This record gives sequence, structure tokens and C-alpha cells, in this order.
Amino acid sequence: MQIVKPDINIDFVGKRKLAMIISGILILIGLASLVVKGGPNYGIDFAGGTLVQVKFQETTKAARIKDALKQLDLGSIIVQQFGDQPNEFLIKAQNTSDELESLSQTVKTTLEKSYGEGKVDLRRAEMVGPQVGKDLRQKGLMAVVWAIVGILIYITWRFEFRFGMGALVATVHDVLITLGAFSLFNKEIDLPIIAAFLAIIGYSLNDTIIVCDRIRENMGKHSKDGLPSIVNRSINETLSRTILTSGTTLLVVFSLFVFGGGVIHNFAFAMLVGILIGTYSSIFVASPVILLWEERKGKGGQTAAATSGGGKNR
Amino acid sequence: MSKSLKMRGLFVLLCVVVALVSLAPTFAKDALPDWWADSFDPIHLGLDLQGGMHLVLGVEVDKAVESRLDSIVDQTEALLRDKDIIYKRVSRTSDDRLAITVYDQEAGGQVDALMQDNFPNLEALTLTDSGGYIQKNYRLSDKEIASIKDYAVRQALETLRNRVDQFGVSEPVLQRQSNNRILIQLPGINDPQRAISLLGKTARLEFKMVAEDVDPQEAVKGKLPPGTQLLYEKRVDRRSGTTTEVPVVVYDKTVMTGDLLSDAQVRIDSRFNEPYVAIDFNSVGAKRFDQVTAANVGKRMAIILDDTVYSAPVIRERISGGSAQISGSFTEQEATDLAIVLRAGSLPAPVKILENRTVGPSLGRDSIEQGALSALVGAILVILAMVFYYRWSGLVANMALVLNLFFILAMLSLFKATLTMPGIAGIVLTLGMAVDANVLIFERIREELRIGKPARTALDAGFAKAFVTIIDANVTTLLAALILFQFGTGPVKGFAVTLSVGIIASLFTAIFVSRVIFDYFLDRRQVKRLSI
Repeated sequence: MQIVKPDINIDFVGKRKLAMIISGILILIGLASLVVKGGPNYGIDFAGGTLVQVKFQETTKAARIKDALKQLDLGSIIVQQFGDQPNEFLIKAQNTSDELESLSQTVKTTLEKSYGEGKVDLRRAEMVGPQVGKDLRQKGLMAVVWAIVGILIYITWRFEFRFGMGALVATVHDVLITLGAFSLFNKEIDLPIIAAFLAIIGYSLNDTIIVCDRIRENMGKHSKDGLPSIVNRSINETLSRTILTSGTTLLVVFSLFVFGGGVIHNFAFAMLVGILIGTYSSIFVASPVILLWEERKGKGGQTAAATSGGGKNR
Repeated sequence: MSKSLKMRGLFVLLCVVVALVSLAPTFAKDALPDWWADSFDPIHLGLDLQGGMHLVLGVEVDKAVESRLDSIVDQTEALLRDKDIIYKRVSRTSDDRLAITVYDQEAGGQVDALMQDNFPNLEALTLTDSGGYIQKNYRLSDKEIASIKDYAVRQALETLRNRVDQFGVSEPVLQRQSNNRILIQLPGINDPQRAISLLGKTARLEFKMVAEDVDPQEAVKGKLPPGTQLLYEKRVDRRSGTTTEVPVVVYDKTVMTGDLLSDAQVRIDSRFNEPYVAIDFNSVGAKRFDQVTAANVGKRMAIILDDTVYSAPVIRERISGGSAQISGSFTEQEATDLAIVLRAGSLPAPVKILENRTVGPSLGRDSIEQGALSALVGAILVILAMVFYYRWSGLVANMALVLNLFFILAMLSLFKATLTMPGIAGIVLTLGMAVDANVLIFERIREELRIGKPARTALDAGFAKAFVTIIDANVTTLLAALILFQFGTGPVKGFAVTLSVGIIASLFTAIFVSRVIFDYFLDRRQVKRLSI
């Protein structure tokens, strides 16, 4: 079976203006949301705070839990449903206390007064001090930055600098849009999300490299054609693979999103957004940037492009 | 060719056998002979999957520096008295400084010599003249401060390890981290509250004489004579369960500390059926206790743990056996825990809980179920998609995929890696991405077939051309995973591990194993046309 006809020739490169506008709008929406909401919505891993996860035997409402906890002086608390379970909730408090254990125990006893003895299961309790939160935030940021730097170096070594630039722009593009989506949908950023970001970076590059690899190969074979035509041909030739791999990856991520449970829900959400955007960007962002870089340098790049094909023999 | 095919086939078989052997204890531990189960551990589950407690404690090292200075102050005073040097005051002036005030130049010189001899680690500072007195200032050198802090953290780690060992947790993890932090992981504990109180206690045991001539009620109002301090004794009423705090005034001077203990055990008082902790001193401690009790018969001695008075009994007679008892109103568990912390020794400085994550076992079980379900559904979807798209070749890719999953789990078991919830997500993600290598190969083969090459040539060309691309594409993801491993903590590290292992396994299965299967059909079965 085939989804993409072998002789397909879509003018991807010609649509780069449109792609640029779409990408620009997506990034702007995300950034606007980030600005309006005063920065990323950090979970307790990064912001510090206390979290208690409780499961009730009956289904209940966040408002009722909040009501039951009102008599405790916890400061401002947030009660939200955990995943899609109608009987499982997260209770979050901004302040951290050394006595988390007694806090979670108090929450449990208080809730049991309202819901009945033995009807409340304390599933998880977390406390992250502000200093640890700050450290984790810094570490997470460093991880993302180093991943991008490392990858830029690798691509520059294996391919050429302009390919590295293309990959870099595409990667930053993907991370920015995913970050924006998190802000837009009010999802919290915590440790596993950093893992998701790095996986997205890896995945998006995976896609970009496969296109770049084909461009490099075609530069040797069809050196007479201009670079835009070579790039376009390469995208078309790899289109079938791009769609199929993105498809299978989306299938598993979707399965994680639906069946994976609350702990992994946001992670799966990040991956869903990231893979869609990563696939789009390897076609519509990375390659145009390579061309743009080329145009800026003038026609001089043409010969350089042809000779550099030997790099793959190492 | 055919001989090499046999070798390659055998190699794949060998890998499968190794994987089976190493995975068997994970899935059927009880059915296996002991030697088997003993030599291969089951896959180790992270705290988020098996339940347990993850703690980061911060050692307040500045307090260790302060208390070191305080003890230097005490020693200096003793030395000055010994040498008959007349001084006005010795005191700690800030976190890292102390000052000795004397009346004249001669005493100043004696102090200098004395300090030089006894505390070479102290740096003398410039003199400050204060109203006719001479004030000698000293500070701890930066190197000394660093070494005190370092020692405090090492000592704390040692003490905490002792406590955890006595608490009885299987496979605890205790590690020193940067910034004076100590990481503690206690898998599967069912009483987190008790663990916290056991680990968080400084457990500084002190014996001080009660200042009988001071009225505690006056002291509460703030009238505290110099050289004494106000502490509280906690008393729990057995019947009503209410706690009352009784003020007790004691002299600052510590007559003995818990350092001189050799053992602590829980005993039950037969009269009131109440538990108490019996302590034994070592030989130095026993001698000291003997002297102290002999000199203070008829007076009250307060037994103080972390600035709380446990009891303040009257010394009825000289105690020379080297043992004493701490009674208070404890429950049996409190007494047991007190004995544990006393045996394990005190922390050199207080610790603060910086991070605490406790997962109950029920959540972990749910996570495993949900993770397994999503892996199963994801795998089935991918398998269907591959067969649908590539027919028989898709089936080859699917065999590679199933083997891949199998190898990932086997490698986790062999490398003793820890499986966490994000780790499961990593495996599921790998399932989707693992077919990529096969897709790349198959697309290449299709291209070669399209330009009219026969099956054999197309297959060879497809594998050869796709190889470089596959390597380049996977190195980047591997790079991201390694960086994540470097920066990540706990569960996230688990994701980095499964992602890396998954990539390596998928390279092997997609490039090597599926090639063997193709070669088998083309060479042995004489298949002429590829179903792709």
C-alpha cells in the first residue's frame, strides 16, 4: 500500500512564505499567552510547593473538597481533578512546610470527616522547597540548552553549518510552540515535561536529518539543478517515510495520552504537540532556513554545496 | 553468504536466549531454581512505581561551624583558667569569629602564644581597642571552615545511614549531593511519618544541672540569670492525652553529652508498665558520670534531647555502673525510635527537609497497569499499521519490533537499571520510533525496486543506503537522551535510560535482525519477489 505516490512533486519550497506566516502566528499566540499569564506555568517541581493526591471511593467535586478543607489554614490552595478520574484529585498549596507528612495526614483526617472513615486513600504527597525548585528549574533549562548545542555541533560536524542552522531554527521553533501550547491550555510544566521537550528535540531533529541527508545525497546526484529544486525534490522523496514514521509515533503517543493515566498525561500531551509540530517543521521550517542562509550568502554557496557531499564518507 | 547467514542467525538466537534467561526472574521468580533467580535480579522498579519515599535533606553546615566555635570558646576558657591568665571575656562574635578580651598588654601576649599553640587553625585579626581593654580577635580560616562543613555532611551521611539500617528498609539509597544535600530513598516504606521523625531528628543528647535557685515562672517572664537557660519539659497525661509544657531552668554548661554512649535499649518499667530507654556509657563516659553524680547528690539533673527536657530526676546517690535511664511519657514506638537515634549517634548539625516525595503503593500499581496497557495498545496499533502498509515486509518489521521490546526489558534487567513511569513512557515512545529504521530501509528498497532492480539487489542497496541515514538520525536522539541522563533526577533519569536503551535495541533489531530474516527468505526459500 502507498499513501504517497512515488512521482509526487509538491512545491513545498514555494510555500515557504505561507509556512513562515503560519509558524509566526503559532509562535506569537504562544508567546502572547506566556506574556499574559506572566511566564510559564510551573508545577511544584520548579515553583516549589506542596501537593497531595487523594482518591475517594465516591465521585466528588473539587468545590466540595475545597469546602471540606476550608477549616484548615493552608493558605491559597488549588484543587484539581487528576487525569480524567472523577474520584481522584490533586490538592496543591503554594507554601512548603517541613511537616509535609503531618500536613498530608491532616488533609486525610479532615477529608475523612466529610467523606467518611476509610473512604479516602492518600496516594501521593510531594513537597519541594523553593531552593530545590530553583535548582531543578536551572538544571532543566541547562539540559535543553546543552541538548541544542550538542546537536548543532553534531550536525555541523556530520553535515554543514547551514544544515545545523536549519535544524537549530526548526528545533527552537518546535520547543517555543510546544511551550506556548502548554501556556495556552493551562498545563503545568514539571520535570517529566523537560524530558518530553528533549524527546521532542531529538525527534524533530531525527526528521530534519533525514531530509538533510537526502539533500546531501541529491546535491551529488543532481548538482546541476539549483538548491531550491534539490531541496524540494528531497522533501518529496522522503515524504512517504516522514508521514509513516510520524504516524506510528503519533499512534503510540496517542495510546499513552488515552491509557497512560494521570501521571503521564501532560507528558503525552507535550509529545503529541511536539511530534505534529516537529514533522511540520522538518518540512516547512528547516529546509527554507537552509535556503535562506544560502541566499544571504549569495551564489557562492553553490560550489560549496556540491563539494561538501563527500562528508558522508567520513 | 549462507554460512554467514547461519552465523548471524545463531547470534540472534543467542541474544534471544540471553534475554530470556535474564528476564525470567522478572516474570516468574517463584517457578525458577534459586541459582537462577539469584544471579539475575528482576527489573528494578523506581519509587514512583513501587511506592516509597524520596527525601532530600539539607545539612545546616553553618550551625556546625558555629558549634565548633562554641566549643573552641569553652576550651579557651578552660585553658586560660589553667594558665592563670586573667581575662575579662571570651565569646563568639559572629558565625566565624571569636574574641578574647583582656586587661593588659602582657595578658594579650600570653593569649596570642596560647592560641597559637592550641588552635593553629585560627587566624589572628587586627586588634580593636575598646575602652581600655584589649580585644583579641580570631577567625576560622576559610580552609578550616570548608573542612568543618565537609566533615559535617560526611558525618551526617554516616549517622543517617546508621539510622536507616536500624529502621529496616530493604535497598535504601543514601547519597551525598552537591550543596550540602543528602539524598535518601526508602522504597516501600509504609509509615512515612515515622521515617521523617527518625531521620530529621538531630538527637543531640545533653545532661545539664537544673538551676534550683531560679524560679521557672520568673524565667518565663524573662528574668533569666546569666549562665542559665530556659527549656521546657513535655509531659503527656496518659488518660486525657493532653500535653503540657513545664518550664525548667538549667545551667548553660553541659556536664555530659551523648557522645559517650555505648548502647541504648528499650526497657519496660514493671511498675507503671511504661517504656523507657536504658543507656550505657562507654568507659570514659562511665567515669565522667560517676564524677558528676558523686558531686551532685541531691540535685536534679536534666536529660535533654534537642533542647527538650525529657526528664529531670534527682540524683539520689553516686552512680558508678555507667548506666542511666531516660524516662518520659513515650509510647513504645517513640521509645524504640529514641533508642535507635541514640545508638546511631547524633547529627553534627541539624538537617532540613528540602524535598519530599512519597508515593503510596496503590498509585504505583495503577501506574504500572496503565503503562502496560498503553504499551500494549500502542504496539498493536503500530503492528497493524506496518502490516497494512508493507504486507509481508511489515511482518518482518513487526518481528523486529517485538524482539525490540523484549531486548529493552532484558537490557534493563542486565544493566540493573531502574524502571520508572516516564521510563515506561520512553519504552512506548520507542515502539513508535523503532519502526522508523525499518520504514527508512523499506522506502529505500521500494525506490530501488521502482527503478527496476531485482529483489536481491534492491534489498542490499536499500539496507546499505539507509544505514548512514539511520545512524545520523538516531545519534541525535541518543545525544538528547544522554544529556537528559546527565541533568535529570529520579523518574526522569528513567526516561533517559529507556530511551537510550530503546534506540540501541531498535538499531540492532531493525538493521541486523530484520536483515537476517530477509536473507533467510531470499536465500533459503528462494523467494523471488519482495512483498513490500
